[in-house]
Amino acid sequence: MSFYKPSFRHPDSPTNALGLTRKAYEGGISTLCAGCGHDSISAAIIQAVWGLNIEPHRVAKMSGIGCSSKSPNYFLNKAHGFNSVHGRMPSVTTGANVANRDLLYIGVSGDGDTASIGMGQFAHVIRRNLNMTYIVENNGCYGLTKGQDSATADEGTQSKKGKINPFEAIDLVALALELGATFVARSFSGDKQQLVPLLKAAMSHKGFALIDIVSPCVTFNNHPGSTKSYDYTREHVEAGAVVDFVPMAQEITLDQIQGSTQNVTLHNGDSVQLSKLSDNYDPTDRVRAIQTLHEHKAKDRLLTGLIYLEPESENFHDILNIPDTPLNQLDQTTLCPGSDALAQINQGLK
Amino acid sequence: MKATDISNPEYFHKVVDCQYACPAHTPVPEYIRLIGQRRYSDAYMVNWESNVFPGVLGRTCDRPCEPACRRGRVDEEPVAICRLKRVAADHKDDANIATRLPAIPAKKNGKRIALIGAGPASLTVARDLMPLGYEIDLYDENAKAGGFMRSQIPSFRLPEEVLDQEVGYVLDMGVTQVFNTRVNSLREILDKQYDAVFVGTGAPKGKDLKIPGREAADANVHIGINWLESVAFEHTENIGKKVVIVGGGNTAMDCCRTAKRIGGEEVTVTVRSTYEAMKASPWEKDDTLAEGIPILANHSPREFIVEDGKLVAMTFNVVESSYDENGKRTITETGEIVTVECTDAIMAIGQDNAFPWIERDLGIEFGDWDMPVVDKHSFQSTNQKVFFGGDAAFGPENIITAVAHGHQAAISMDLFLSGKSVHDDRPAPGTNLVSTKMGIHEWAYDSQVIDDDRQASAHLPVEQALSSRKIESELGFSPEIAFTEAERCLNCDVQTVFVEEKCIECDGCTDICPTNCITFTENDEEENLRHKLNAPSNNKEQDLYVSYGLPTGRVMVKDEDVCLHCGLCAERCPTSAWDMQKYLYTVTKAGNQPAPILVEQAGRRTKQEEAA
Ligand SMILES: Cc1cc2nc3c(=O)[nH]c(=O)nc-3n(C[C@H](O)[C@H](O)[C@H](O)COP(=O)(O)OP(=O)(O)OC[C@H]3O[C@@H](n4cnc5c(N)ncnc54)[C@H](O)[C@@H]3O)c2cc1C
Ligand SMILES: Cc1ncc(C[n+]2csc(CCOP(=O)(O)OP(=O)(O)O)c2C)c(N)n1
Ligand code: SF4
Ligand code: SF4
Ligand code: SF4
Ligand SMILES: [Mg+2]
Repeated sequence: MSFYKPSFRHPDSPTNALGLTRKAYEGGISTLCAGCGHDSISAAIIQAVWGLNIEPHRVAKMSGIGCSSKSPNYFLNKAHGFNSVHGRMPSVTTGANVANRDLLYIGVSGDGDTASIGMGQFAHVIRRNLNMTYIVENNGCYGLTKGQDSATADEGTQSKKGKINPFEAIDLVALALELGATFVARSFSGDKQQLVPLLKAAMSHKGFALIDIVSPCVTFNNHPGSTKSYDYTREHVEAGAVVDFVPMAQEITLDQIQGSTQNVTLHNGDSVQLSKLSDNYDPTDRVRAIQTLHEHKAKDRLLTGLIYLEPESENFHDILNIPDTPLNQLDQTTLCPGSDALAQINQGLK
Repeated sequence: MKATDISNPEYFHKVVDCQYACPAHTPVPEYIRLIGQRRYSDAYMVNWESNVFPGVLGRTCDRPCEPACRRGRVDEEPVAICRLKRVAADHKDDANIATRLPAIPAKKNGKRIALIGAGPASLTVARDLMPLGYEIDLYDENAKAGGFMRSQIPSFRLPEEVLDQEVGYVLDMGVTQVFNTRVNSLREILDKQYDAVFVGTGAPKGKDLKIPGREAADANVHIGINWLESVAFEHTENIGKKVVIVGGGNTAMDCCRTAKRIGGEEVTVTVRSTYEAMKASPWEKDDTLAEGIPILANHSPREFIVEDGKLVAMTFNVVESSYDENGKRTITETGEIVTVECTDAIMAIGQDNAFPWIERDLGIEFGDWDMPVVDKHSFQSTNQKVFFGGDAAFGPENIITAVAHGHQAAISMDLFLSGKSVHDDRPAPGTNLVSTKMGIHEWAYDSQVIDDDRQASAHLPVEQALSSRKIESELGFSPEIAFTEAERCLNCDVQTVFVEEKCIECDGCTDICPTNCITFTENDEEENLRHKLNAPSNNKEQDLYVSYGLPTGRVMVKDEDVCLHCGLCAERCPTSAWDMQKYLYTVTKAGNQPAPILVEQAGRRTKQEEAA
């Protein structure tokens, strides 16, 4: 059993604009089951943050409880992190974000952590359009506690022991659209070509970005009869809007894959290049997005890719008029302007 | 690309870079692991089966394996393979080895063979054919066997006892020693009704330098290899105080270090090339400089200066090397002339073959440069009965090449004398591929990759080393240092074996691999495929391992180049589609003699044994 990774890397490893190889973005060796989709997502996060040229220590990794929530240990060793309580990652992230709005917040949660115990927090963090990337590593079960059905398990799916799930599933993408999320995507851990650009776009989005990622649990939910297995997902996946993330400085070159392409500029000048499923699909149209999602579901297809994006939205900081300087950097004189200022305010209230 | 055929014995052989580069294909990682387990005698036997002279080679080998070593592609320096070999020889149990040497049949097979020249090539032929019942007469002009290993390589690099022991293992098989006998006619030998003859007479003629003053200076100008031989056999016991060596190869390094030990006070090496382009091995240059011997690069000999009939100096044209885009070198004179005072000058500028004793009407065809025409695989000459090997076959090389030739020539001679084809009936290599899996994430080899730098071998203090030409200057590794160095080996023989039917394409292996060796992608031509991989794939000498098509229509492509053989891919694979399997490749010897007397890997020593 290996407890650490050898320190040697490929001698010709590419470096990013900061001169760092991906090694600087790695974490400890994973203790998750071999073949777990969550590990692939960790690898995709490493690629995305490295590719965005973000210094590892400018990132905060936030999570709840579960195998998925444990996975921030396995990427970005040099980043800040908070492994919070079950289902409470959104409120801890809100607090951290208020204290220091300059960090990139990557929340990693599971379908149990989000759709069961954390459902309330999930709804409210969306409402508030908190500036963060919210990743759900969705395996349709409670992996950490030995594979009980979760609230995202589809009705009629069979557990490993043969039991049929009698309950309707919660579709987190549909829910997020309904609650007004400003960036909504779905992907599959086994498709990094799609996942990495989506992560980059989500991390560059100012506001709340949800990526619901089907992430098979090899141990408890990868059997025939499961709708979250590698095989089932591969057979039913339908790549909707195919995304290429284009940094501001770079020319747009994506070859048209199918249909026409559309370019959406993000808040910071980067853009998301989309090649669309069909001509009448517009990922900036929330109503069409909800409709397309349901159409696919009715056909038993899993729509993936960028489903909805509202590039210019008011996020939590704008709404609450939070100062540009992170609160943790404000000194006492700025925070407490003194009795003269207080007297003035009181005067105004008379 | 077509799916890789891993059943081809050469595929995984090539992955074991050191073994592949070794002319005799010594199973290097196999013996390095044994050294790590302090099983020195076992490690020695693995070597002995392949290269016959582990103690000699552990000190003197040209080490083609080390520049090839995989570790050198990921770390600063390769594994010190050569010095580890010496550890096996230094710490082996002689009594144990004696019991493991091949048995020699008392009843002979009726075939008689003459070996001419008692260097490593001939001795290897004897080692392989004696156990098969051949009667062998070994001829040499010198009093003892060993060839250049004895006459050229100085004792401060190779102590006589080490050479005697390993030469003895072969002679003691019952070889008839016809020493102090120079063969002056091959016809005479053939007339003695030998069934086959092997010519292993080396490349015994040292080159001379024809520049002004050569004749006049003759008394103090020496031909390097003649002079070294004369020192080795104690005909020459001293030299003048100021010695100039001309030449930049290993012979030059041996000459200057010898001169420094027998009276030379100011010894200088001069070489026409740049320092970097010198032919001498880097470690020989290091040892030379460490003994306080300057090396003057870019010095092209011009004239011997003789005063009152005595050599007093040499002059040199200072030159410059320049290279064109094809790497072709041009040497131009700068106009500067340098004078180096000297009492003696030694010419170490190369050797030639010479076969004045082979009559040209014996059916042995001679080709370019008056060299015999010898088949590259069978070592047979155009006279079916006569075989060549070692430096005599294709010009000067080194000991390990001579040994490799010897093994192959022995196979040919045995085939020829059994009425079989020396081309079509050559034996296939022995191969064995076994899983090292011992538990869920447990391997029978030490899969962890350590960070330690290459260990340096201790040397005697220079003053002490220079006090005698017979004291070995390098001390070798202690068992502790040897252990650290052994652990640096990446176990390249533990192969990553992929079974496509089991793969669920979860990316687990791709994600964990520290050197990004593994990619799942659409298949393509090799050139295009190399561009699609997860890491740059610029080392075209290393193969791509390509699977059959997987359910998603992609293939698994593994670039073998910088795989660390760490086993993490197999540990992260949920379905055991990857397995770590130890591959043993052995060159089959004449008469299909069994592969190395190998030892089960699992036999690690217990704590008590370790303490004892
Ligand atoms: C100075 C020097 C240092 C070297 N150092 C190294 C080293 O460190 N490592 C290394 O790998 N290689 C080294 N080499 C090269 C190496 O010694 C040879 O490549 C190797 O010994 C060749 O082996 P061989 O069996 O072909 O013949 P040799 O070792 O050359 O043996 C041939 C033998 O045949 C005898 N012989 C020749 N003609 C006749 C005849 N007509 N009748 C009877 N006997 C005859 C010779 O006297 C000699 O004993 C060195 C060479 C030199 C010159
Ligand atoms: C307050 C609380 N309730 C219940 C648990 C037990 N528990 C631990 S993990 C988990 C479910 C995790 O499921 P999910 O978020 O899908 O993560 P996965 O392991 O599947 O990645 C539960 C119920 C807990 N740790 N804390
Ligand atoms: S690392 Fe070990 S097995 Fe690999 S090439 Fe070097 S010595 Fe040989
Ligand atoms: S053994 Fe496997 S994980 Fe390790 S370097 Fe080689 S391919 Fe990569
Ligand atoms: S870890 Fe195993 S199953 Fe997963 S992709 Fe690699 S070989 Fe296939
Ligand atoms: Mg889950």
